[in-house]
Amino acid sequence: MKDGSVLEMRGIHKRFPGVHALQGVDFTLRKGEIHALMGENGAGKSTLIKVLTGVYSKDEGQIFLEGNDKAIAIRSPQEAQRLGISTVYQEITLCPNLSVAENMYIGRTENIYQNWRKINSDTDKILKSLGIPANATQQLGSCSIAVQQMVAIARAVDMECKVLILDEPTSSLDEQEVAKLFKLMRDLRAKGVGIIFVTHFLDQVYEVCDRITVMRDGKLVGEYPIKDLPRVQLVSKMLGKELDDMADIRGDQPAYEKGDNTVPVLEAEGLVSDAGIKPFDFHINKGEVNGFTGLLGSGRSECVRAIFGADRVTGGKVKMNGKSVKISKPIDAMKNGIGYLPEDRKIDGIVGELSVRENIILAQQVLKGFFKPFSKSEQYKIADEYIKLLSIKTASADTPIKSLSGGNQQKVILARWLFTHPEYLILDEPTRGIDIGTKIDIQKLVLKLASEGMSVTFISSELDEMLRTCSRLVVMRDRKMVGELSGEDLNQSKVMNTIAGGDK
Amino acid sequence: MSKNEVKKSTGSNILSGLLRNQICIPLAALLLLALFNLIMDPTFFRISLGHNSLGNPVLTGFLITILDNGSELAILAIGMTLVTAASGGQDISVGAATAIAGSVLLRVLCGGNSRPETLQAPIIVAFLVSCVVAMLFGAFNGALVAYFKIQPMIATLILYTAGRSIAAWINNNELPIVSDRTFTYFGSFIPGIPIPTPFFIAVVCIIIITLVMKFTNLKLYVQSVGINDSSSRLNGLNPELIKVLSFVILGLCVAVVGLIKVSRISSINYSVIAKDIEMDAILAVALGGNALSGGKFNMAASVLGAYVIQFLTQTLYKYKVPSDALPAYKAIVVILLVVISAPTVREFVSGQWKKLKVKEVG
Amino acid sequence: MSADNKNTSSVSLGNRIKNMTDTSLLLTITIVVFFLMYIGAIVFQGSGFLKPQTFFNILNANAALIILACGLSLVMITGGIDISVGGVTALISMSCAVYLDYHDGNVFMAIILALAIGLAFGVFQGFLVAYLDIQPFIVTLAGMFFARGMTTIVNTKPFNVANEAFVTLKNTRIIVPGMGSVNKLGNYVNAYVEIGVIVALLVVIVFFCILRWTKLGRAFYAVGGNRQSALMLGINVRRTRFMAHLLCGLLAGIGGFVYFLHVGSGSASHASGAEMDAIASSIIGGTMLSGGVGNIIGTFFGVLSLSTIQNIVSSAGLDQAWWTGITRAAMLCLFLVVQSIVIARKKK
Repeated sequence: MKDGSVLEMRGIHKRFPGVHALQGVDFTLRKGEIHALMGENGAGKSTLIKVLTGVYSKDEGQIFLEGNDKAIAIRSPQEAQRLGISTVYQEITLCPNLSVAENMYIGRTENIYQNWRKINSDTDKILKSLGIPANATQQLGSCSIAVQQMVAIARAVDMECKVLILDEPTSSLDEQEVAKLFKLMRDLRAKGVGIIFVTHFLDQVYEVCDRITVMRDGKLVGEYPIKDLPRVQLVSKMLGKELDDMADIRGDQPAYEKGDNTVPVLEAEGLVSDAGIKPFDFHINKGEVNGFTGLLGSGRSECVRAIFGADRVTGGKVKMNGKSVKISKPIDAMKNGIGYLPEDRKIDGIVGELSVRENIILAQQVLKGFFKPFSKSEQYKIADEYIKLLSIKTASADTPIKSLSGGNQQKVILARWLFTHPEYLILDEPTRGIDIGTKIDIQKLVLKLASEGMSVTFISSELDEMLRTCSRLVVMRDRKMVGELSGEDLNQSKVMNTIAGGDK
Repeated sequence: MSKNEVKKSTGSNILSGLLRNQICIPLAALLLLALFNLIMDPTFFRISLGHNSLGNPVLTGFLITILDNGSELAILAIGMTLVTAASGGQDISVGAATAIAGSVLLRVLCGGNSRPETLQAPIIVAFLVSCVVAMLFGAFNGALVAYFKIQPMIATLILYTAGRSIAAWINNNELPIVSDRTFTYFGSFIPGIPIPTPFFIAVVCIIIITLVMKFTNLKLYVQSVGINDSSSRLNGLNPELIKVLSFVILGLCVAVVGLIKVSRISSINYSVIAKDIEMDAILAVALGGNALSGGKFNMAASVLGAYVIQFLTQTLYKYKVPSDALPAYKAIVVILLVVISAPTVREFVSGQWKKLKVKEVG
Repeated sequence: MSADNKNTSSVSLGNRIKNMTDTSLLLTITIVVFFLMYIGAIVFQGSGFLKPQTFFNILNANAALIILACGLSLVMITGGIDISVGGVTALISMSCAVYLDYHDGNVFMAIILALAIGLAFGVFQGFLVAYLDIQPFIVTLAGMFFARGMTTIVNTKPFNVANEAFVTLKNTRIIVPGMGSVNKLGNYVNAYVEIGVIVALLVVIVFFCILRWTKLGRAFYAVGGNRQSALMLGINVRRTRFMAHLLCGLLAGIGGFVYFLHVGSGSASHASGAEMDAIASSIIGGTMLSGGVGNIIGTFFGVLSLSTIQNIVSSAGLDQAWWTGITRAAMLCLFLVVQSIVIARKKK
């Protein structure tokens, strides 16, 4: 037993049918530290957390709390809560139809009768002390996602937890909110709470964490103090290989040169949709890769959704190759040779229970028409071709797409749109939540497609990814297009400045 | 030893693969019922050729009755499967809509006269009119579901409540009687053919839907919309339209069923016609192993499910269960079915099974 | 100046609507509609609706439905459904009738019998839904089949109960002071309600409090709002859903007996379509079938609205049977559409 440990997991095993998800993982959390749990998708982070919070039961291993010699059993989320292990998940796990106060207190007390007046005033106090802009009696669903997230954290904090697990809490917060969250985390650390922080953002790890545990393929790679593990090494430990692959892609950036009289593939003027963006102008040329950048919520997704007709377009003109077209529904865009890989893979991308094959042919099938189905043999031929082309890891073309890993699902969606042979392909966060290997594959593919003459819009939260692939960046701020960078302006500091609006 | 084990496991894999096929669920239920009847009284399966009151050769026997009476259910199961898959809910108004379709049919045939000497319009015209009306009501249900985002069960509750009243209203609450002989053919026998006509009608419907699913993208679109509305839209589909379409197809099925039902008695009883058939149709879909929450479906399994339900009904009739008490027995069967197929129960059983195996090995 | 004023007041009203919870917004709509309808009835249909007894008769006739609808609201708030309550009511009526008349039973035991039958259904269905994760629609559909079938197995023919104690209880009228009116002969007639109405009002009050203030009540809303979240918040989702079905069954027991008390007979065709009426009332009362939104007071007014419109229709001389069905359906349709529009607009 290590000194000052608040939580110790030893030799944890967890098996699912066909997968040995955790293979003897050890994990130690000390009092008053922020501990990053890092790993690629499929490394076993979320399984480990679910074991710790009682969502899954472990198959083998022991868990100790606060240096107790007696191993504890965590059989349900309630039990974990009682033991002082609280979790805030990436997806909001509160009830939007209840009030903020109810969300703070429900499921915590044993009494049948509850003093709601006291609960409401207590809640207001807590919200105020944490600087959360909400009030106790407000319906949670009427708050922004960020506020809902913070209410979830407030709940955990108020439960005086010993172990606080933050599972990608920052993915839906903007910079200021993240800063607020970090302040909160530091305060809690000072109070002796052990925090497990799971995130994909390396910057945030180095900003706030004390220690890093790295996992890979269901196994523990190691535990390191933050100062002993530079970024590059962290990444290579997560990947289990050296970083040559990443270096490879650097410098591949195509020097796109526009001819004098080329007509843009797509030209939009004063385009605006009902998703709350300001009218914007946009154009893209043949063989060009451009990108939309900006903070989350800046309207970059909304812009491309408007181009594709995914949101209701309320105004503006669009020209394709000089001819004016009307795009009000996705099918219009598709008919004009536009493809769109949506931001949220699960909700907008995959059709879960359908097979990989059906998912690949879907868009082209819709284009081809209701009365002209592809024959089974054609479907298999197409599916096999793209499975090979994009090296999609699937048992067969008939496997339901939902049983694939995130990266492979994304490749299937990509295959779907490649198969429509679009003139202009929009990729909205194609690399989110997938492993680095696939990320690089996708970036390479984008560049290859562009060199073959396809126009591509590439959106990513990771700036260096954009800088590596795009030859022109459109910068968004507060749902408005605020700048366009290309050529020599395409560097980190310039982009950052434009996003922040500092170079006026 | 190890080779042996491998063999065993692949064998069990094939078996479990087979078992996972949806059609196994209704098939197993059918076998079980057949076995029960075989043991209790093999005469259940006897089919004899006789003559009906008109002197036409007809086949009689329980199996024939099942094929005959199960036809309406099978036809409805086709539409219900599509609606279930596309909208993730069920249409509980099919019985009431059948009453409307039948009432319209009679209204056109009799032309407002409740006891006409001759038909006032050709049967085909009357049928087409009833098709249009039934499809319109289907579209109404579909619109509530697709455009107003009301859960299907609740949206169709409206027509369920009003349907039989509307049917009565169409004929001014009179009960028209058709005296034309040819009209009875749809619900009984065509002279010279000993197999009941409804069975042929059902077969035709099944063939049509099979062809439609083969030569159009109906299945892909419906499944896609049922599984993921939003991503279907982004793939160029119009989910609302497809949902409405599924309800309209169900409306067409309802019109066909209305024709058979009305033809059987050459008249109509608004409160009895197709009573409780919505429940049987939903059961058929469930028995076919289709998820009632929508998504993937297996049409053949649904149709087979419909006949299995009728098989069950007929078996119960044979053992002198009064028709009013029938639901109690059906309910027990349903509960057994859903309990057995519940994932939680399956997991539990397979867990126990594994434990047992481990013990054996140990 | 005045335009400005108007503007600000309408903005604040809009804001107020925006800040309302879905539950209270839909409740408000229901109550407003009910009062408008009743006033409309008074204005257009004349004095019949002005007599308090008309209103009390609506209550008398619908006491059982109020109780059943309360049960359904509970289940619907947790995101479930129970369509067995009509069948259970029929089964209870028949069982109690047979017990009282053929077996010379006493009324108290009949009440126990009714509650036991209701609870048995609630517990069994709740177990299947909550612990075996079977779709509530299918489970309670089977429950409905079973109850209807069992009713005819218990006794086929409908008959009136002659048990003395029971008939006395059935005919007990509770005078509502000060609400009487003068009849055609010039005599003063006291306004009255039946025992069932008192039971129904008690049920409404008790379950309103349970839903509003107890831990269990809020858990119903949480589970209906987002089951996964509720689990993560530490609510025992299975037990909560089980409790909803159990309480619904218990209420079906109470409602069944109240129904029996009102009609005083057993018949297999009793309470046919009661489950649909109960669901409809609940929806008109502002319960969302998707779960998480709803209110018992709303349900109460939902039942009243539904039966008031039927009264209006029949007193307007449109007493052919089909008009009732059509108006009921039209009303349900209207409320469903209004609900979906209100919720959709509020989201924007």
